[in-house]
Amino acid sequence: MAARSPEFAELRSRHRRFLLPATVGFLAWFFAFIGLNAWAPELLGTRVIGDMTLVLLLAVGQFVSTFAITAAYLRYAGRRLDPLADEIRDRLEGGHR
Amino acid sequence: MNPAVSTGDPLLNMLVFSAFIVLAFLLVLRVRRRSSAARDYYTGGSGFTGPENGLALSGDFLSAATFLGIVGAVAVAGPDGFVYAVVAFVAWLVALFFVAELLRNTGRYTMADVLGHRLRRRPVRAAAATSAVVISTLYLLGQLAGAGGLLALLLDITDRAGQSAMIAAVGAVVIGYVLIGGMSGATWIQIVKACLLLATGLAMAAFVLGTSGLSLPALISAAVENHPRGEAMLAPGLLYGGGLTANLDLVSLAVGGVLGVAGLPHILMRFYTVPDARQARRSVVWAIWLIGGFFLLVLVIGYGATALVGPETILAAPGGVNSAAPLLALEIGGPVMLALVSAVAFATIVAVVAGLMIAASAAFAHDVYAQLLRNGRATAAEEVRVARRTTVVIGIVGIAGGILANGQNIAFLAALTFAMAASANLPTLLYSLFWKRFTTTGAVWSIYGGLTVTLGLIVFSPAVSGSPTSMLPDVDFAWFPLSNPGLVSVPAGFLLGYLGSVLGRERPDEAGFAQMSVRALTGAGQQRPVPGDPSAPAAPSPEPSGPAPSSSAPYPADPDTPGPPSSAPFPPARTGAHRAPPAVHTPHGAPPRAHPATGTAPWPGPSGTRRPAGGATTRPPAREPQLRLGRDRRGRPGTDAHGPQHHRRTDG
Repeated sequence: MAARSPEFAELRSRHRRFLLPATVGFLAWFFAFIGLNAWAPELLGTRVIGDMTLVLLLAVGQFVSTFAITAAYLRYAGRRLDPLADEIRDRLEGGHR
Repeated sequence: MNPAVSTGDPLLNMLVFSAFIVLAFLLVLRVRRRSSAARDYYTGGSGFTGPENGLALSGDFLSAATFLGIVGAVAVAGPDGFVYAVVAFVAWLVALFFVAELLRNTGRYTMADVLGHRLRRRPVRAAAATSAVVISTLYLLGQLAGAGGLLALLLDITDRAGQSAMIAAVGAVVIGYVLIGGMSGATWIQIVKACLLLATGLAMAAFVLGTSGLSLPALISAAVENHPRGEAMLAPGLLYGGGLTANLDLVSLAVGGVLGVAGLPHILMRFYTVPDARQARRSVVWAIWLIGGFFLLVLVIGYGATALVGPETILAAPGGVNSAAPLLALEIGGPVMLALVSAVAFATIVAVVAGLMIAASAAFAHDVYAQLLRNGRATAAEEVRVARRTTVVIGIVGIAGGILANGQNIAFLAALTFAMAASANLPTLLYSLFWKRFTTTGAVWSIYGGLTVTLGLIVFSPAVSGSPTSMLPDVDFAWFPLSNPGLVSVPAGFLLGYLGSVLGRERPDEAGFAQMSVRALTGAGQQRPVPGDPSAPAAPSPEPSGPAPSSSAPYPADPDTPGPPSSAPFPPARTGAHRAPPAVHTPHGAPPRAHPATGTAPWPGPSGTRRPAGGATTRPPAREPQLRLGRDRRGRPGTDAHGPQHHRRTDG
């Protein structure tokens, strides 16, 4: 089976090596933000810059982190996933593309 | 009627709407695909590029509720109003990581195609289609009902009959677009709408920032001064939270929202409008940039509305919080700006409704009619005819529901549809892609169970009865304390999928899973784009044989390719089916861009001859008929009735 080939095992492990930590990370950070909103509104009301409060900075931080994770995934996929996936696919489809 | 809104010119707004309707109609006429191939109707021939589809995804996703609703919520409640935007935005990472590419690699038109790879197809197809139709129709109903209120605000229509007529008119216009243009038309409307929305957002945000000397802190200070609650609007708490129940409700909203986006049928379907998984990835990345950028603009616009219009004026206006953006537009740009914002809001409704209609009709026509009722023996033309009829029926149901629900408090519909998508669709998708022991029973339990649990929890929640803000404030049958069911329904969906798989007597199809994993991660067996063949009509009849499409251009095969027979990615028997005589019907027409070599396993059997020996460069023309059949891709999940897997499973 192609699924048992070492190349595919490597592809799957590379896939998981990025996605698992990234997913755990962004979900934890996201729910931390939601949890703080629910249980620590006073803390989030702390002023940071003028009338900008912590909650706004964290909310914008969610956007920044999402952009960053997206860019990191794009880079990782282009370097570590796509070439290997293409190789396996070409092999499965008979060596020509 | 609030005088501030009445100074907007309903006639001008009407004029702008009409202009938009006509222009969109011309656009749809221009881009429509004339063939009757199902592929064109559902996916626009899968010919959109990543950036185009990214724009369309944003256009499909950013509904009037997200634009007008979030601006209003920020204007009235500050940071709490923005939580919804954070939830709806972070959710796209789930779509990027777990859905877009894997779905594109394994499916064709609908989610059911994906599940059919390793599960018994008829039951999962019925379940997935039910889920898609239910979710899309409920979402559609909410959009159309919201359109009534919105048009009432923008066109100054106060009587119910007039609003009902407007809802019916909007619904009818969109049905027309979808019937004429199919997915191509809907996609282009969504692209245009996304551009309009982004441009308007940019203009308004720039103007608002200009009033505060380009300083966000100064804008916020101005907002605080103009807010009746003063500094309380700087911290969370005006909209969500408080007691334990309220806090859990917020968490519940976050769970349903962050996991729901990637399970919404009309979003899932958009991943099939691009040629391959790389483009699907690019489209999500584009969508993330566009939606994220837009939400950040919305934050600025919302604070601008607080500072320049004021929460009291907004809440007193006919549309309530939804009037914040129109009122701000009137404030900063007069009636012309208001007309522009109204047109954008109108375009938003049209685009989202169009996407929902296609998703619902595809689920019915492709999954229920073609595969379940006709056993895959419906022709493409028949399938598209049914899809068009379904569009009309679902449109009429949406219009009727929208008219009935107009004026009701149906805010729970958004929570309901997102939670349903998160509880019924996402667990099934994730399990089928990643869990070896997932079975048909698990999928069926998860989908029907997820839908039922979500619906049940909403019906018995304070959103429907028992509180002043409920849909039915005068009766009280609410025993579930949360207005958002996600916190319970999502774990329930996952649990049911697990229990069904473990407790059911069915044995998991591990070979099917292995095959599907390879396919999901590599795209093996999936068609590839053929450059230079951008819009060949999908002709079920044999095409004139010419030189092999350019994707098969010289590309020396790896001489070391081992190609052991046992490593064939797809069962040889199925391959045999691909090579049936040309007389065999082609349910979906021949996809014009299919890679000639895909859909047919290179080894073993006669296909062995197709392996270029020792770095062969081109294929002899003798293979052409086989190639064409290969391009029919009859082993693809869409063609249920034939796969050997099907027979094997029904036998066992």
